[in-house]
Amino acid sequence: MTTLWEKNPILRVSHLTMRFGGLVAIDNLSFDTGRNDITALIGPNGAGKTTVFNCLTGFYKPTEGMIQLTHDDGSEFLLERLDDHVIARRARVARTFQNIRLFGGMTVLENLMVAQHNPLVHASRFAIAGLFGLSGYRTAEREAVELAKHWLEKIDLVDRADDPAADLPYGAQRRLEIARSMCMKPLLLCLDEPAAGLNPRESDQLNQLLLDIRDEEKIAILLIEHDMSVVMEISDHIAVLDYGIKISDGTPEFIRADPHVIAAYLGVEDEEVA
Amino acid sequence: MEYFVQQLINGLTLGAIYGLIAIGYTMVYGIIGMINFAHGDIFMVSAFIALIMFVALLSIGLTFVPLALVIVLLVTMAFTAVWGWTLERVAYRPLRESFRLAPLITAIGMSIVLQNFVQIAQGARVKPLQPLITGGFEVMEHDGFVVNLSYMQILIIALTVALMWVFTLIINRTSLGRSQRACEQDRVMAALSGVNVDRTISLTFVMGASLAAVAGVMYLLYYGVIDFYIGFIAGIKAFTAAVLGGIGSLPGAMLGGMIIGLIEVFWSAYFTIEYKDVAAFSMLALVLIFLPSGLLGRPEVEKV
Repeated sequence: MTTLWEKNPILRVSHLTMRFGGLVAIDNLSFDTGRNDITALIGPNGAGKTTVFNCLTGFYKPTEGMIQLTHDDGSEFLLERLDDHVIARRARVARTFQNIRLFGGMTVLENLMVAQHNPLVHASRFAIAGLFGLSGYRTAEREAVELAKHWLEKIDLVDRADDPAADLPYGAQRRLEIARSMCMKPLLLCLDEPAAGLNPRESDQLNQLLLDIRDEEKIAILLIEHDMSVVMEISDHIAVLDYGIKISDGTPEFIRADPHVIAAYLGVEDEEVA
Repeated sequence: MEYFVQQLINGLTLGAIYGLIAIGYTMVYGIIGMINFAHGDIFMVSAFIALIMFVALLSIGLTFVPLALVIVLLVTMAFTAVWGWTLERVAYRPLRESFRLAPLITAIGMSIVLQNFVQIAQGARVKPLQPLITGGFEVMEHDGFVVNLSYMQILIIALTVALMWVFTLIINRTSLGRSQRACEQDRVMAALSGVNVDRTISLTFVMGASLAAVAGVMYLLYYGVIDFYIGFIAGIKAFTAAVLGGIGSLPGAMLGGMIIGLIEVFWSAYFTIEYKDVAAFSMLALVLIFLPSGLLGRPEVEKV
């Protein structure tokens, strides 16, 4: 079994435990996410996958354990100790949710601009320079629009830049969420079931988008997904959770053949659909 | 006809003051979904700060009114902004994740605290200020009835229009405004996009309070007398204006303020002055029954 992702992981989760009263949602979970890998976190419903995301992004404070994020330059962040907006801004972790959470009343472009709030707020000296249209702010604003345009081209939504985000079709909203996360220039992108509700064609587009992000932006993607075609096709590394415990960890080929996984997860897939 | 025009001018002036206060209600409601019932008293505090500043400036011999006005406006806005910021920090932020009624109750509590503080610190009697800005234009004259547009009224309306314009720009064009609208729609997602939600909410209170401060200065100059209780009625009227215009909507708050101001003035002019508040609040009841989302508000859609 290869251990590529353990060599220099961007994210190292060690002995993570999350209890809600008597319920143990995650039990002593450890896994690594390789730099520039697509890592999938899979498991039956209720296995604790979303709870892991919530711990990563500062929603929950874990009961025990350590979540260590290391940037390319060696700077380290202990995510369990940081507030959500600090995780987003300084540790540079972006996430999406199972349900779509766009700013529906704002335009597609504005959604992408909000994600670039921080460089803009600095350039605008807290709205004062922005109001008077000073040159530093104008440059920052132009750069922000350029980046937004780049991602709109990637997700094929340039024509709809000025429409309210809520008016987009479902698949486009999913893509826009990913684009919005990318506008934060994250180093780790956490996607919670990005393929949920997509038709096969949209699902293929999504695969291509994620592979492009990995190869062109050189960032790490951590993915929760039920759609096995997506998971097996694009993941470099898979960790399998069941009842909060990691039951397997390895390459897609390894996972596919692991009897534990077949017993716990792939074997009950039909039941889960019902 | 002349009588009507005069009342129209008076109504628009009063409406501008209500509108400025109403914006504070509507912005805070928009971003955290609570009615800041202490906002009217923030307005009252600002009128007192302005009075103290005017008296101080006059006593050191600064009698050039435009300069005094600019200084008083800036200082009052700054101090009132600090009051607004403190209010949010002390009374509302600790309760933000609490049940919905909790911040509402503290808001009423803070309103009483502010009233009593001013009553004790400044006394319960009305405080007068000598008229500083006098004179005006005669717009028209007929059968001995002169329609007056005073400089004070021009100042109030011009300042209100200018501030509306500036605030609309801030909300629509700057990244601060974008982050405010983002917080309004989904606070959690805004935080995950790197927006500092706490700071954005604080700034919203600061902005609302500084507009109330402008209203306070104008009220003081226009009426010439203030007491510790002016915040209550003015606050409730401004709240009515915000609801009438559609709470959460900035132009709505201004429009609502104008309508309430006009209703009040016309009712006093043509019917009975004693029932002017009844007229204004009846409007609130009618709007809530027939148009619950207000004139310019979006209908509330429950998130599933």
